[in-house]
Amino acid sequence: MMMRGVLPLISARSVAHAWPGSDAVITLDDFELAPAQRLFLHGPSGCGKSTVLGLLSGVLATQMGDVRILGTSLATLRSRARDRFRAHHIGYIFQQFNLLPFLTPVENVLLGCAWSAERSRRAGATRSLMTAEATRLLRALGLGEAIWTRARTGELSVGQQQRVAAARALIGGPELLLADEPTSALDTSSRDAFLRLLLEECERHGTGVVFVSHDLALAAHFEHSLALGRAAPGMWES
Amino acid sequence: MTLFYLTLKSLRQRKAGVALTVFTVALSVFLLLGVERIRTDARQNFASTVSGTDLLVGARSGPVTLLLYAIFHIGEATNNITWKSYQDIRAMPEVAWTVPLSLGDSHRGFRVTGTSTDFFSHYRYGRGNALAFARGAPFADLYDAVIGSEVARQLHYRVGDRIVLSHGLGGPNLASHADKPFHISGVLAPTGTPVDATIAVSLEAIEAIHIDWHAGIRLPGMEASADQARHRDLTPKAITATLVGLRSRLSAFAVQRAIDDYPEEPLLAVLPGVALGELWHLVGAAESALRVVSGMVLLVGMAGMLTALLGMLGERRREMAVLRAVGASPLSVFALLVMESTLLTMAGILAGVILLDVATWLAHDYLLSTAGLLIDAAPARGEWLLLLIVIALGSLAGCIPGWVAYRRSLADGLQVRL
Repeated sequence: MMMRGVLPLISARSVAHAWPGSDAVITLDDFELAPAQRLFLHGPSGCGKSTVLGLLSGVLATQMGDVRILGTSLATLRSRARDRFRAHHIGYIFQQFNLLPFLTPVENVLLGCAWSAERSRRAGATRSLMTAEATRLLRALGLGEAIWTRARTGELSVGQQQRVAAARALIGGPELLLADEPTSALDTSSRDAFLRLLLEECERHGTGVVFVSHDLALAAHFEHSLALGRAAPGMWES
Repeated sequence: MTLFYLTLKSLRQRKAGVALTVFTVALSVFLLLGVERIRTDARQNFASTVSGTDLLVGARSGPVTLLLYAIFHIGEATNNITWKSYQDIRAMPEVAWTVPLSLGDSHRGFRVTGTSTDFFSHYRYGRGNALAFARGAPFADLYDAVIGSEVARQLHYRVGDRIVLSHGLGGPNLASHADKPFHISGVLAPTGTPVDATIAVSLEAIEAIHIDWHAGIRLPGMEASADQARHRDLTPKAITATLVGLRSRLSAFAVQRAIDDYPEEPLLAVLPGVALGELWHLVGAAESALRVVSGMVLLVGMAGMLTALLGMLGERRREMAVLRAVGASPLSVFALLVMESTLLTMAGILAGVILLDVATWLAHDYLLSTAGLLIDAAPARGEWLLLLIVIALGSLAGCIPGWVAYRRSLADGLQVRL
């Protein structure tokens, strides 16, 4: 019982990753995040922020060291199992949103649990309950009903698409949300509003967040903050 | 949200491309089945040039020779059947009907057949089709003639026109029967058989125009005018061959043997289907050629289809990356692509078959009258196999981008570098 309670959401030990043809090495040395905690990762462009997210989600295989999510070592999972693990436990907001333009916004949100029975169950299990949850999420993230009943996703504005992408990452309450510069396309006021709504939703489900951005002004929204780059403690590139 | 639903939604997004791909597949299927149908129908047509006749009887030669001169009007008869032999065959208890054929004259390159009006009621071709008159009626008067559709088309003849027959089958010194001209009483509808290139007159007319001839030359001083000939005895002395219909097909072999053993004259009776089969072996090179064409069409058609499908699927790479990123397994993505190409192929096949049926229906009469080809709307026997090959290839086409998507690492999906 107690063990389960203290199991960290993320723990990384002496992880290092280098891209072929580059002598820059990205390392995560002794890094840990407790469940439902929020981490802000920042640094200049090209400092390896996306690479860190890739390592945390298991999309990139670690060349050295070990990344554990909820106590499961990603390196020990076979690729099919890793895909399944990711679909069950991790929501991901992409920089370019990656929505399917021909689906409705609600259908795009439902894609988030289409390949995970666990998240489907947590989102309500039946088609109508899952649709209701998707609808609730869209509304909670500030996307009015009038917008998503009318249009296909491809016709929405950038800010509206961003909310759909966030709802897709959050449906079914994954334990971990990874967000890759999701606010870069938004202006300052809508950016803060969106972030507040997003973090409220995460709190509601007890979802831990790793949020990557070059915009230091956002750091105030997070409990922990980590700088990537030469000066960063525990993380550096050479 | 099933894969099927995603596929449909995605296809709807790309209507123009989908329409083009389906059209390409449809065209391939259309060509493929079209050539196949023409090939089988050409064979079928040939094999059923005479379909309602149980026996073909002529002077003793070979089965194929007899078939060639009596039915296809190629070459000349080596010998005739006497009128008495013909009457004896007619009188056999198993025989239901006979149609005499008397050959040897021509008109501007088309053969003249002396026969009886039974020819129009008993001759069958294809799947038991009877001869039909496009215009006019069978010969009633002694100097009436019925012409085949090809004769009418090439020589622009109409009912009521006067024609003069020539003695013999061709060559430079063709003597004409100018003293006894014929009236065209009817034009037959096209059949796709040698009947189209035939001029049919009565046996008595053949007798009448030769009444003052002997051994191929006109006897001087013995001329009989057209009207005088009407009053002479016009019973033929001999005919070239006869079509025989039996009361029961079961007696065909017995009657054949009886005729072959006919004591007074060497005769030959053949089953037309068997002889046609033998003859087809001789002209089978044409079929082999069509088979080769069919194979090439298959190759080109499939290549076109694959190109269209691959082009279509290439557009979906981004979509595949997105699905991979939200958790779809590589296998789901693979299935999605194969499903799409299979769906497109099946839609193409459906469209192609409909296109072919419509084209067959529209071109039926034209092909019959100009090419002498009777195209059947019924599917050819090998078609199902061909369609199966097409579906298999279509699904296989989906496997190629499916495999690429399967192999592509998820990192590509997350970055979506497309």
